[in-house]
Amino acid sequence: MGKFGGVMREKNIWMKGNWKGMRKRQGTKTGRAFLVFMMPSFLGVLIFVLLPFLDVIKRSFATAVTGQFNGIQNYKTIFTNQAFVLAVKNTFRFTIVCIPLLVVIGLVIALPLSKLKSAGTVKSLYLFPLAMPTATIVIVWKMFFYKQGFLNLFLTRFGEWTGLWGEIHKDYLGSSAAFWVLVFSYVWKNTGYTVALWLAGILGIPGELLEAAKVDGASGGQIFFKIVLPNLKGSLYTIVILSFLNSFKIYREAYLVAGAYPEQDIYLLQHLFNNWFVNLDFDKMAAAAVCVGGFLFIVIMLLQHLWDKQET
Amino acid sequence: MDGIVENRKDRGAEKNMIWNAQIWKNKHIKSAKQGLTTFLLLLPAIFVCLPIILLVTGSVMGNGELKQYLSPIFTEGMEYISWKLVPDYPTFENYGKLLFMTPQFFVLFWNSMKLVGCILIGQLAVGVPAAWAFAVYKVRGSRTLFVLYVVLMLLPFQVTMLSSYLVLNRLGLLNTHQAVILPAVFSTFPVFLSYGGFRCIPMQLFEAARIDGAGEGTIFLKIGLPLGKSGLLSAMVLGFLEYWNMMEQPMAFLEDKALWPLSLYLPEITWVQAGYAFGASMITLIPAVFVFVWGQDYLEQGIIYSGLKE
Repeated sequence: MGKFGGVMREKNIWMKGNWKGMRKRQGTKTGRAFLVFMMPSFLGVLIFVLLPFLDVIKRSFATAVTGQFNGIQNYKTIFTNQAFVLAVKNTFRFTIVCIPLLVVIGLVIALPLSKLKSAGTVKSLYLFPLAMPTATIVIVWKMFFYKQGFLNLFLTRFGEWTGLWGEIHKDYLGSSAAFWVLVFSYVWKNTGYTVALWLAGILGIPGELLEAAKVDGASGGQIFFKIVLPNLKGSLYTIVILSFLNSFKIYREAYLVAGAYPEQDIYLLQHLFNNWFVNLDFDKMAAAAVCVGGFLFIVIMLLQHLWDKQET
Repeated sequence: MDGIVENRKDRGAEKNMIWNAQIWKNKHIKSAKQGLTTFLLLLPAIFVCLPIILLVTGSVMGNGELKQYLSPIFTEGMEYISWKLVPDYPTFENYGKLLFMTPQFFVLFWNSMKLVGCILIGQLAVGVPAAWAFAVYKVRGSRTLFVLYVVLMLLPFQVTMLSSYLVLNRLGLLNTHQAVILPAVFSTFPVFLSYGGFRCIPMQLFEAARIDGAGEGTIFLKIGLPLGKSGLLSAMVLGFLEYWNMMEQPMAFLEDKALWPLSLYLPEITWVQAGYAFGASMITLIPAVFVFVWGQDYLEQGIIYSGLKE
């Protein structure tokens, strides 16, 4: 921000130095240029997102087949719908488990990484899963988490070696453990993303600040909690928002591993929407889209508000 | 007198030596520490990349060998699957079969390429000017519109699935490639990333150009694009990885399997054709890895831009 402050001020002085009409003309010119550059994108967003979403809102108050107005009946239906409640619960659980886990793991890796001189290679390795298409990784997960897969093989060997347990034949994909397989897959894929964001935050902390603290005799822990962490608040908000955005994409793994009707612990909102879509249950889908969309809108606004507050 | 001076000099030298030894020691401790941290960080990183090693070895294994290792999956027995990091008989037969004997595979590959290519070109043509408008022209209401764009960027596909379906249905585009391309072209994510790149250009440059009589279009093409290219390139790199991997959109809007992209087709291959599956996975992976390696700087830049606040 500081970098641009000076520029803006200079611009204002320049504008004030000219006669008044100049400013007004500049204003309309700016407005016209904005419109021209903005128009294609805005029209597309209007046609493909905003207008149809209004239609969805309208449909959420109507019956699916005849389109008759029927008040909040659809909303009542979805909130008493077991599948919807289950899906909301699972999706919540997934986010609540994954996001803190990802945030902490990312920070634990990024902190020592920021002290390395040649962090490039290590960072690339962590980022690599981002490039791996889901369809290719699912084959590997199946080999790992299958009843006769590598994880069980490894656990069995370990059990035999320590004498603690015998052979293990747990089917991780067909039991409630599937939830944790998804968590693992999510963390595997997004750690690099998070590390890169933390790293950018850590390297953005002014070096003088840390030097000054060291000169004053602050311990490593003090520096971390009193200087590093407070300076990373901005990164934290970003990471939370983006991790949340990416958490919805776990549907791909869930769908490919277990199909449209998976084990009930990993039946997510995404499954439900998809199944409604396939069954043409547009009334329920519309009501649910409005609810989920509205909820996300509020959450995003709240986070933005927090963000604004901490910046000033 | 002389003796004392000498003595002092000696002591000075001695001190110096101790000092030097200390520095030397510190230096070594430091580099040892660096080495240790690198090692500790490298271990999980290699673990993270393990899946790719499995894929590579699997793709150069013959079908017989693969069957031998993976047979526990079919037999439902108590044995575990096994693996060898170096196949007994390395072979390229999987690739050969895919590339020369299955023309359908090419169709799917080109479907993927076409979808991703059209989406990225469209995003460049539409999203980049919009990003420019947000970054350079501050007019009343532009901030509100920007917040709207950010919210749209963060909405998951499932929330907008029905609305996309309704409009595609009305335009008669369902079950065509446009059904996947058009909504993606107007995604607001690339706008946000390109905006990050344009924001980093000092405003004075534009003012100077204006004084010199340059039009707004010229400023965009001659100053904005060359100086802000890191933002839009990172949008392209992240976009490629995202759309090369897309599944939800084609699954919802493309019924005809001949129109499917690779990412959707791969999972249809069963274990019986494991070699084929590994080969196809590798071929799907290669373009993504290529883009990843080539565009890694932009990728990181993009991740950081996506974290930039307005």
